[in-house]
Amino acid sequence: MPFSRDAIEYVAHLARLDIRDTQDIDAIQADLNRIVAMVDQITAANTDGIQPMAHPLEMVQRLRPDAVIEPNDRETLLSLAPMSEAGLFLVPTVLEEA
Amino acid sequence: MHTKTIAELLNSLNKGECSSEELTKIYLDRIKNYDKNMNTFITVTEEAALKAAREADQQRQQGKIALLTGIPIAHKDLLCTKDIKTSCGSNMLHNFISPYDATLVTKLKEAGTVLLGKTNMDEFAMGSSNENSFYGPVLNPWDTKAVSGGSSGGSAASVAASFTPGATGTDTGGSIRQPAALCGVTGLKPTYGRVSRYGMVAFASSLDQAGPLAKTAEDCALLLQAMAGLDVKDSTSADKPVPDYRAQLNNSLAGLKIGLPKEFFGNGLEPIIEKSVQEAVKILENAGAIIKEISLSNTPLAIPTYYVIAPAECSSNLSRFDGVRFGYRCKNPKNLEDLYKRSRGEGFGAEVKRRLLIGTYVLSAGYYDAYYLQAQKVRKLITQDFQEAFKDIDIILGPTTPAPAFNLGDKVKDPVSMYLCDIYTISVNLAGLPALSMPGGFVNNRPIGIQLIANYFEEGKLLNVAHQFQQLTDWHKKIPVAFEESSK
Repeated sequence: MPFSRDAIEYVAHLARLDIRDTQDIDAIQADLNRIVAMVDQITAANTDGIQPMAHPLEMVQRLRPDAVIEPNDRETLLSLAPMSEAGLFLVPTVLEEA
Repeated sequence: MHTKTIAELLNSLNKGECSSEELTKIYLDRIKNYDKNMNTFITVTEEAALKAAREADQQRQQGKIALLTGIPIAHKDLLCTKDIKTSCGSNMLHNFISPYDATLVTKLKEAGTVLLGKTNMDEFAMGSSNENSFYGPVLNPWDTKAVSGGSSGGSAASVAASFTPGATGTDTGGSIRQPAALCGVTGLKPTYGRVSRYGMVAFASSLDQAGPLAKTAEDCALLLQAMAGLDVKDSTSADKPVPDYRAQLNNSLAGLKIGLPKEFFGNGLEPIIEKSVQEAVKILENAGAIIKEISLSNTPLAIPTYYVIAPAECSSNLSRFDGVRFGYRCKNPKNLEDLYKRSRGEGFGAEVKRRLLIGTYVLSAGYYDAYYLQAQKVRKLITQDFQEAFKDIDIILGPTTPAPAFNLGDKVKDPVSMYLCDIYTISVNLAGLPALSMPGGFVNNRPIGIQLIANYFEEGKLLNVAHQFQQLTDWHKKIPVAFEESSK
């Protein structure tokens, strides 16, 4: 199914991705439509009765004792944040003051 | 010295013919002298490397010798390395200093290796030419007009140019094998789960696997030996003993059944590549292998299936990059949504964005069943083809790529033509199988790769066949002319 411009903008919103600056939207649209046309080949495959495969190996989730193995290194992790204050990550105001 | 293999260097170190410090200096000098043009490294850790080399020399003097004590290596810049920048070839992580080591980084450290630096790659491992790196493309040491392949292009090219005797890479759809083929080195993608993914920045979690690149299969055996094994920090790492890979290298090939998938020799394969592959088949047949034609009938669906599953998984994995906890953050966000959108929009390059859009689309309401669920079913069909084939044969052989390295810029404008480079490598990731690419000839001075695929956890068999092939050929010994001269 070809991508309309509206669909691209909607998907970009779902992905929380600003696509205005990098490439003009016509080029993105052309690329995505070529990719989707290629991907569409799978829709014709006969998969009746085939179980979907999410993972290459038939494994079950391994359990381990519920023990603390990672130290709580708040300072190091916060030092990686672009903005932090008083031991917390900083984001723009989410709730306006009443 | 720099033309030696890891096995030969270990021999020299053991005999006291050289020290790790001397070796490390030789490679660092080569990087300094030649890499400015080649762009294979994003970060060179000169000081730490020399310190680690001196420590390795001390260990050796004290008789504390691990598997790879004193051997210099490089890591793909997607593997977290404590206190060293881990960029993933992206503006998003341009300033990211990892607070911890990936498990395989720890394991290779414990095996005694000396880290020279971090190699260039396509952004977040998405690409087949290394042209998607924020740090610019890696050039092919055999011909600087040509791409190195990708996404582990820096690792493959740095081994080919003898900037390092070995390197790590990761392979989600061919990212170890394809650049290994295009640069004329040996590269192994292990079985899914053989090497821990802990500390490997995730692209597509059900496909990603790390492995070694080196001049020879024997060197890959040494590196894999150190890398492989169970890791409690990765719930998908396999709880299976790691065999002694070197012990299998000299097994005879008499009676080994090799399957040639007819779908790997059809339209799209350049005749000169087919000729090299057939010559390799003859060499192995003369060594006692039995050749059979097989069919992997769903091969044509591998690329379309991959370009649903991989983008779907990447759109989920890369949602962690939000400008809040680490990585790039846009200036002056108006509100939280603006922070997310512009940090991601400015932090990611064009190919990553394309895949995020495709992945979000195929997972969105209304398209999930038609694309994502259907792709998972076709993935099963592709896997069943391999399982059926391995009932009759031991190894599958074919080309690694349909053509040798293309020129820089040739495929940038058309993403689908770039995706088609991985036609022979991608189905292996969908099935989770191990596979290897080894040098098998040249066309116009550009290398050709031969791909071997084995059943689950039979890396030993792959390395055995490749090692035997390398006893009978010398493609893997060729060094690009520009890099032949000895540096000091």
